[in-house]
Amino acid sequence: MLTRFFLMGLDKKAGVLLTVLAVLAVAVPVMALGTAPDSPWHLSTHTVALLGKYLCFALLALSLDLVWGFVGILSLGHAAFFTLGGYAMGMYLMRQIGSRGVYGNADLPDFMVFLNWTELPWYWHGFDQFWFAAIMVMVVPGLLAFAFGWFAFRSRVTGVYLSIITQALTFALMLAFFRNDMGFGGNNGLTDFKEILGFDIQAASTRVGLFVATVVALAIGYILASAVVASKLGKVLIAVRDAESRVRFLGYETDRYKLFAWTLSACMAGVAGALYVPQVGIINPSEFSPASSIEAVIWVAVGGRGTLAGPVLGAVLVNFGKSYFTAALPELWLFALGGLFVLVTLFLPKGILGLAAQLRERLPARATVTAKPADQKGV
Amino acid sequence: MSAQDTLLYLDGVSVSFDGFRALNSLSLVIEPGEMRAIIGPNGAGKTTMMDVITGKTRPDTGTILFEGRTDLTSLREPAIANLGIGRKFQRPTVFEMHTVWDNLELSLKAPRRPLKTLTYSATKEDRARIEEILDITRLSPRRDRPAGSLSHGEKQWLEIGMLLAQDPKLLLVDEPVAGMTDAETEQTAHLLKDIAGKHSVIVVEHDMVFVRELGVKVTVLHEGSVLAEGSLDSVSANKQVIDVYLGR
Ligand SMILES: Nc1ncnc2c1ncn2[C@@H]1O[C@H](COP(=O)(O)OP(=O)(O)OP(=O)(O)O)[C@@H](O)[C@H]1O
Ligand SMILES: [Mg+2]
Repeated sequence: MLTRFFLMGLDKKAGVLLTVLAVLAVAVPVMALGTAPDSPWHLSTHTVALLGKYLCFALLALSLDLVWGFVGILSLGHAAFFTLGGYAMGMYLMRQIGSRGVYGNADLPDFMVFLNWTELPWYWHGFDQFWFAAIMVMVVPGLLAFAFGWFAFRSRVTGVYLSIITQALTFALMLAFFRNDMGFGGNNGLTDFKEILGFDIQAASTRVGLFVATVVALAIGYILASAVVASKLGKVLIAVRDAESRVRFLGYETDRYKLFAWTLSACMAGVAGALYVPQVGIINPSEFSPASSIEAVIWVAVGGRGTLAGPVLGAVLVNFGKSYFTAALPELWLFALGGLFVLVTLFLPKGILGLAAQLRERLPARATVTAKPADQKGV
Repeated sequence: MSAQDTLLYLDGVSVSFDGFRALNSLSLVIEPGEMRAIIGPNGAGKTTMMDVITGKTRPDTGTILFEGRTDLTSLREPAIANLGIGRKFQRPTVFEMHTVWDNLELSLKAPRRPLKTLTYSATKEDRARIEEILDITRLSPRRDRPAGSLSHGEKQWLEIGMLLAQDPKLLLVDEPVAGMTDAETEQTAHLLKDIAGKHSVIVVEHDMVFVRELGVKVTVLHEGSVLAEGSLDSVSANKQVIDVYLGR
């Protein structure tokens, strides 16, 4: 029953994507750990972390596509959920530092000692346990999304207004997390991590482990999202996207459907953020900045909104481009990104995957056109 | 007559939009199993009447009771739909991106809660019912086509099919034959008469041939209230009705 549910969403696209992920999960560890550092096949720890980062962004893009592509909620604040998940993981990593911090305080992270705090704030309790942090990674963004969605959807805020308040949400969080007295390290954020689950966080093997965990999370996220979208619930979501009031007259409480997708999406984004933090080694309030959320929207648009696989591809490609540009021509990156977005909106409204589908449709169409005159000749 | 025995009971319902009275102390009673035709000039308030019954618009004053006891004025659209009131819109609204089949499956009477739909899979009975409705609405050959690719008349039929799938106690049908050919109009009349056996139906329509074909009690709306009520022949003979509507 459960397996059938998870399998029902899997199509050819999913097959390709999951195969690529499976290959990555094998090839990257082999290339990073099984080859000599001077071999042309060798992947440096830096590259492994970079690839892992792309896949975290891919999971964020996937979660955004679930609400934007399938429910029509253009979230301009999805990085908020990503970052909250990241902070939850960061808090665990901070507690693992223990007495190895600069101040050598076994209970308090350095920044708290620096602020002359004497005891751990209540909301930091429990984060010394990995299992607790792992749950909070989903619960914190999920709860915030649930509360936010509850009010927004009930009061029937939609369209541009909804987008604007999602943006306001992430902006408000950014300002809050910048404050030192919030207890999240102010503008420095959380960093200088040492260990995760007892493994040295800098070690190549740990980085490879984190990469594989990210691949697995992305695969699970993709399978879950595909199953949701292919279910009858997914059909209701698409109907809500296209004609919400009509769905209400069929007896569906559309608010609840939106809330379900929205909360699920926030939890997925939280997991993405949690995997991101140990791989980049830092989380700070700038991740909440409105620009991060807008970038995520661009990944989805580039890859193809409403296709699930497209946003995954879009996130990887755009971030690959970003890494290249910021190294080669740093001052041009924002222009390139802006230009890309304009181009995609104007010429590729369905993104790369939409273009691929169009080409595939056009090819057989041409074949039948040429077939017709030949038939007539025969007559 | 007491409200208890009625299916739908409207009393003194008024709605204003920016001072304009779209419904003006409207009173109307529908019996269980009854089919009623509503006619009236453009802007008479026919669609607005359906809006207040289905919860789209809140009346300023007045009572609306379903089955003699449920006050509809305090309920939201999905709750009203789940009581058993289905609606076909004046401008056909189907889910264009979904196939004809999926449109019907979404409408089919089944639990409406998210966790139920997440794990739903169509039973044999569900599929048989959808097949049946596809036959009735003559949309069988179109079942796998996106609803957006249907002709106007086919969309009208699909929306009627969606109503059938919902299996409501009361059907509100707004201008079902607009844009249909004469043959299609006649088929639609037959279809609605079939439905009327098991359900109560309110049909709004301008097409007099169609209304005559239905052969049911007619209510004439004008400026938001009832102008006349009775058989088509008797209201057609009514001087006021001729002046405001039929005579024009
Ligand atoms: N949401 C609204 N806001 C403002 N005015 C409205 C609204 N809905 C309806 N009206 C007005 O109320 C009046 C009644 O409209 P309604 O649509 O009920 O008429 P109708 O009898 O269905 O007409 P038609 O035969 O053209 O469909 C019209 O003058 C219309 O402009
Ligand atoms: Mg109308």
